[in-house]
Amino acid sequence: MAGFESSVNSARVGNAGRVGAAVPSSMFTYYFRLGLRSLRRNMVLTGLMIAAIAVGIGACMTALTVFRAMSGDPIPQKSAQLFAPQLDNWGPDQHNSGSPDRLEPQLSYTDVLGLMKAHAAKRQTGMYATRQALRPANPAQKPSKVFVRAAFTDFFPMFDAPFKYGGPWSASDDEARAAVVVITHDMNDKLFGGANSVGKSIRLDNEPYTVSGVLDDWRLLPRFYDLAIRPFGDGDAIFMPFTRAIDKHMGNVGSTDCKSDAEPGWDGRLRSDCVWLQFWVELSTEADARRYRAFLNNYAAEQQNLGRFHWPPHTQLRDVRQWLHYRHVVPSEVRILILVSFGFLLVCLMNAMGLMLAKIMGRAGDIGVRRALGASRRAIFAQCLIETGVVGLAGGLFGLLLTALGLWAARSLLTKEFVALAHLDWTDTGIAVLLAVGATVLAGLYPTWRAAHVQPAWQLKAQ
Amino acid sequence: MEFGPIMSAMRRNKVGAILIAVQMAITLAILCNALFIIEQRVALSKRPTGADEANVFIMDNQWVGNPPDVSARLQGDLAALRSLAGVQDAFASNSFPMSGGGSTEGIKLHPDQKDQTALTALYFGDEHAIAGFGLKLVAGRNFNSGDVADKLGYTDLKGPTGIIITRVLADKLFPGGNAVGQSVYGVAPAGPTPIIGIVDRLQVPWISAGGWGSKFNDSSIIEPFNFISVYPYHYIVHTQPGQMSAVLKAAPKKLFDISRERVIGKTQAMTAARADAYKDDKGLVVILAVVCASLLAVTSFGIVGLTSYWVAQRRRQIGIRRALGATRNAIIQYFQTENLLIAGAGAAIGVALALSLNLWMVNAFAMQRLNTSYALIGAIVVLLLGQAAVLWPALKAASIPPALATRAA
Repeated sequence: MAGFESSVNSARVGNAGRVGAAVPSSMFTYYFRLGLRSLRRNMVLTGLMIAAIAVGIGACMTALTVFRAMSGDPIPQKSAQLFAPQLDNWGPDQHNSGSPDRLEPQLSYTDVLGLMKAHAAKRQTGMYATRQALRPANPAQKPSKVFVRAAFTDFFPMFDAPFKYGGPWSASDDEARAAVVVITHDMNDKLFGGANSVGKSIRLDNEPYTVSGVLDDWRLLPRFYDLAIRPFGDGDAIFMPFTRAIDKHMGNVGSTDCKSDAEPGWDGRLRSDCVWLQFWVELSTEADARRYRAFLNNYAAEQQNLGRFHWPPHTQLRDVRQWLHYRHVVPSEVRILILVSFGFLLVCLMNAMGLMLAKIMGRAGDIGVRRALGASRRAIFAQCLIETGVVGLAGGLFGLLLTALGLWAARSLLTKEFVALAHLDWTDTGIAVLLAVGATVLAGLYPTWRAAHVQPAWQLKAQ
Repeated sequence: MEFGPIMSAMRRNKVGAILIAVQMAITLAILCNALFIIEQRVALSKRPTGADEANVFIMDNQWVGNPPDVSARLQGDLAALRSLAGVQDAFASNSFPMSGGGSTEGIKLHPDQKDQTALTALYFGDEHAIAGFGLKLVAGRNFNSGDVADKLGYTDLKGPTGIIITRVLADKLFPGGNAVGQSVYGVAPAGPTPIIGIVDRLQVPWISAGGWGSKFNDSSIIEPFNFISVYPYHYIVHTQPGQMSAVLKAAPKKLFDISRERVIGKTQAMTAARADAYKDDKGLVVILAVVCASLLAVTSFGIVGLTSYWVAQRRRQIGIRRALGATRNAIIQYFQTENLLIAGAGAAIGVALALSLNLWMVNAFAMQRLNTSYALIGAIVVLLLGQAAVLWPALKAASIPPALATRAA
């Protein structure tokens, strides 16, 4: 409140003009009291105004909070350094209508292997998700299904995965197709009661795997590196070397798209141009990204020379934010709700504006008397503006309550894909209050201007 | 009706009148687009799958430890499920309607055709598939045990001996109505595949609004395969009416009795799967309905507030009119006509706004074109709302005594 007061005052000090001798802060409190009294005089109109603004702000902020949570940057410190390379391994005529840029979001095994071998980025990892049966140590307990992500060791430093115990497996583990895993904090709690489990063993299907590290709390929402699997839901619980998963013929969950004739069996899948793997690279600087773009084109050109591609190179390199936009992570329903709710806020504000007009013009007589007694236009203007500001503030506070209610309703009505992480934080609260006060004052400008232009003589004559 | 005095009075309250008109216009634009979306989502969530949903449940199963004899285990499970009391039939499949996961295939009519004739969803199942889902065979025949082969996961590319397709797909491929006995290409790696039967309806697994499944909603194929996979697959169990909850409990127990080397995932009735699959559509409907109701409430309160103010402002004039012989009805009619003029202007702008908003959404969100009747219905709703909202202030105005004219303000 103090901050609000002083900022209004400083604005007034600058252009106080004819108000002259009065001390600004006492002037403000005087207007504030006048404003409150005027608001109290017609409780119904005041209540309607506050309710209109509160409802509008509530609707708007609910939609905006959901939108902000969904469209947020999952890894702000690195989103400009992580890139998803794409290349056309099907040829220009083969893509379905779903990909207007004639590229698929995933890569084939052949290309992931080729790009991994080239090692043209600071860090790189091909990856995919698989689902394995986890056998508990106690044979009396039933096995359970877990999401396992097959990746290279670069995965962990690339995506800033924090470790509680131990660390990633080594590059030589990748080469040796070693039976090692990294498990999440939750998985470690479940299997080992939260104790340091590095070096201990877990069983996936029939095979034992040695734990090399336990992740600390780690959330990437949306999980941008593989959007095919519940980007806002629970995800990978265990990580293992990509080479190991391929070696053990672990099939993928997520999407697999094949166009050209594939050969049967696992080896046929690996040799095919089916796209089913995600591939990410880390490039620290823009110059690196430029170089990698050139490298990708060279790679595609090389495949053309080898006779594998019968078309000129067609590649793309998108960073995290571009990727989320490209893959339409925010459902169009959320955008529709944003649109509807801002339209709603507009109606509410116009409503409040009409009511304010009614209220202020209903007091034309009072204003005329004050003007005749020497109050300047500016003073009338300031008084009415403070009055609308108070209405806006009250509307904003009630609007916040309604937003909390709205988010609670949204969470119970919609699935996680819509309302993941949507909760009111300080930024949202600030936006709500600022939006309420700003929009109300803006809507109050015309009525206030009208009030300031009340002709004292005319009003006094009418009396 | 005296339009002249109304117009000149409105000219003195221009901004108020414009505010009400624009509010009504925006309300109308949002209202009819929201109603349109609501109607579409409700219709969407009611689309039938073709299965006997009330009596079918799905049970996910995954074997542990890569057993070599999955085919025999699958048959053992199925025999056990079919023998359970209260079960009509059961089979194993790679997918089911509304599951959101499955496989597709492009169908061609000629081997050398460049573009596919139809995109289709694939369901694997044996001769129990039709009874297992509770589908209706409308032409041709069911699979027999000789048609059925093992399919060793998706990387097994063997082609089916024949396929059963949906009526929608049959009509698309062979508009002449003679699909049974014809052959299609694209299902098997090479060569033709005969169509041996047609079912009335079987929805594809992907059902989200505007999602890719919406392009081929009922174009499905059943291939005579036992889906042999070390990855999760689904048992689809068709129970006798009224036996669902009992079988739902007994089935997992029975399978665990056969072998504990498995993970039984989600076990849910198809009705529950439907509630899950359409949860967001239902949620959107509720949210939009609440927004519409609040919008109407806010707009009507605004009209009440502003008109009350106008009444208060014109008390003296109303008193004078009453003193000069105007009836109460004339006063009420005055305010109602005034509101009708404002609301009419608002509705006209609103219809234009609604149609352009929809046009923009058609482009931005691949929405459907708004039916003009929605805009007209919306316009009528907004006009009636205005009349209802203005009634109370108008009645108040009508109760102003003529004697007021003789008193000073």
